Amino acid sequence: MIKQEYSSLLIRILSILSPLSILILWEVMARVHIIDTRLLSSPSLILHAFIPLLLSGELLYNTAVSVQRVIWGFLAGSAPGIVLGIGMGLSPLIRSAFEPMIAATYPIPKLALMPLILLVFGLGETSKIFTIAIGVFYLVVINTMAGVLSIDKIYLDVAQNFGANRKNFYLTVALPGALPMIFAGLKLGMGMALILIVAAELSAAKAGVGWMIWRAYDMFAIEQMFIALITLSLLGYVFSLLLDMLENWVLPWKKQV
Amino acid sequence: MAYEKESISVSNLSKIFNTNSGQITALQDISLSIGEGEFFCIVGPSGCGKTTLLRILAGLDSSSGGTITIKPTNIDRPINSMVFQEQSIFPWMTVLDNVSYGLRMRNIPKKERYEIARHYIEMIGLSKFTHAYPSQLSGGMKQRVSVARAFANDPEILLMDEPFGALDEQNRILLQHELLRIWEETRKTTVFITHSIDEALCLGDRIMVMSANPGMIKTIVNNDLPRPRKISEIRTSLQYNQLFQSIWLILRDEVTNSKNNSFT
Repeated sequence: MIKQEYSSLLIRILSILSPLSILILWEVMARVHIIDTRLLSSPSLILHAFIPLLLSGELLYNTAVSVQRVIWGFLAGSAPGIVLGIGMGLSPLIRSAFEPMIAATYPIPKLALMPLILLVFGLGETSKIFTIAIGVFYLVVINTMAGVLSIDKIYLDVAQNFGANRKNFYLTVALPGALPMIFAGLKLGMGMALILIVAAELSAAKAGVGWMIWRAYDMFAIEQMFIALITLSLLGYVFSLLLDMLENWVLPWKKQV
Repeated sequence: MAYEKESISVSNLSKIFNTNSGQITALQDISLSIGEGEFFCIVGPSGCGKTTLLRILAGLDSSSGGTITIKPTNIDRPINSMVFQEQSIFPWMTVLDNVSYGLRMRNIPKKERYEIARHYIEMIGLSKFTHAYPSQLSGGMKQRVSVARAFANDPEILLMDEPFGALDEQNRILLQHELLRIWEETRKTTVFITHSIDEALCLGDRIMVMSANPGMIKTIVNNDLPRPRKISEIRTSLQYNQLFQSIWLILRDEVTNSKNNSFT
């Protein structure tokens, strides 16, 4: 018999050890000049640049600006996505009215829309929030509709047999039944939001983590670029952690299997 | 068997499905009368339309002709509640919320419906699992919850579509026992579909045998085995064996017929 269970301590040590060893390898290669620190920097140089950036408040300010854009864009995209997705899942009429449009426009890379969005909404916050919202919207609406459509027909029979009215049908069957897929859509949407924030802050932004990356490129400040990249990865981690917590809270029945 | 009052009356019911390869008559000339408080079983080969008949009684499907009358004894009561063959309790609700679902749909206040639900949860022996989700329950437990959900709704008639068909032998016997016990207490008019002659004899007052292609009533057999019944005692009685034999002889022809038909 093969022993499949490894101690949780071993698993924890490995998951810390492996990124740590890459950092050490990076540092060593930088010190012995195997890699060019002007282009790829080194952990110690990045840490050195990180401290003043943090103390001056610049990093926190830029992070806060980006976080706000991501949150507003995420909400503005996911709320209509959930509502329309449930409608499309339940009603063949709504589905046939919107599905061709969504299918036709979904493959357009959202970045390709940025010039148009800039022309329409100008250079302010709205254009950035809208770019993120539109990326999130597609992922949420498609997943929500699929979630409603995948609800086992037996549950619809049960609701009908026990006399559920339209409102109860939405609240006790369609919404809870689709929630696991809705959350899958929200998580994909959050990933999309973080991709789009960098692109949205490329043009006509005066702050934000994405803006920091492009400014670092202009100024050839490699360390700042790495700091912004690490901040983005941390943001992604925190957002997905928050979504996981929300999911566990909203879907207690999925937790224990 | 004579019943004081009639609960369900079906006359000349038919159901025709339109398919690409033409019309299929699923039910033809179904006329029957079920008394108030009667436990009525339906057996028949697969494809005889017994589930279709039950779904029409439940209002989940429409008939193609004929009439169904269900006589209410109390206008506040729901007409019917169904126990489905497959897993049908909501995975996103606790046992308590599942059992009280029908009451919630009828806008009965939370406190009252939980009280009623707890009573039935206790009856099916799942008090410890009141706040558990279905994913934490075994197949037999889930079907118990489904039975409790139907009883808690307190309908005029109970409709059961092979509710224990997917369970293992031991669980099936246990649940039949429990169903008998709860039914003895409530004496609800019940229509119960099964493919098992044994189950029909253990539970039913009358047993309707159906034929397939088209689904018709072959015969209705009275089952006078004394109540309250103990399944282990019933099975060894002479009367049980005679009834089993006579129903089997009718069914055997039907099963062979429908087999032959499906090859032609």
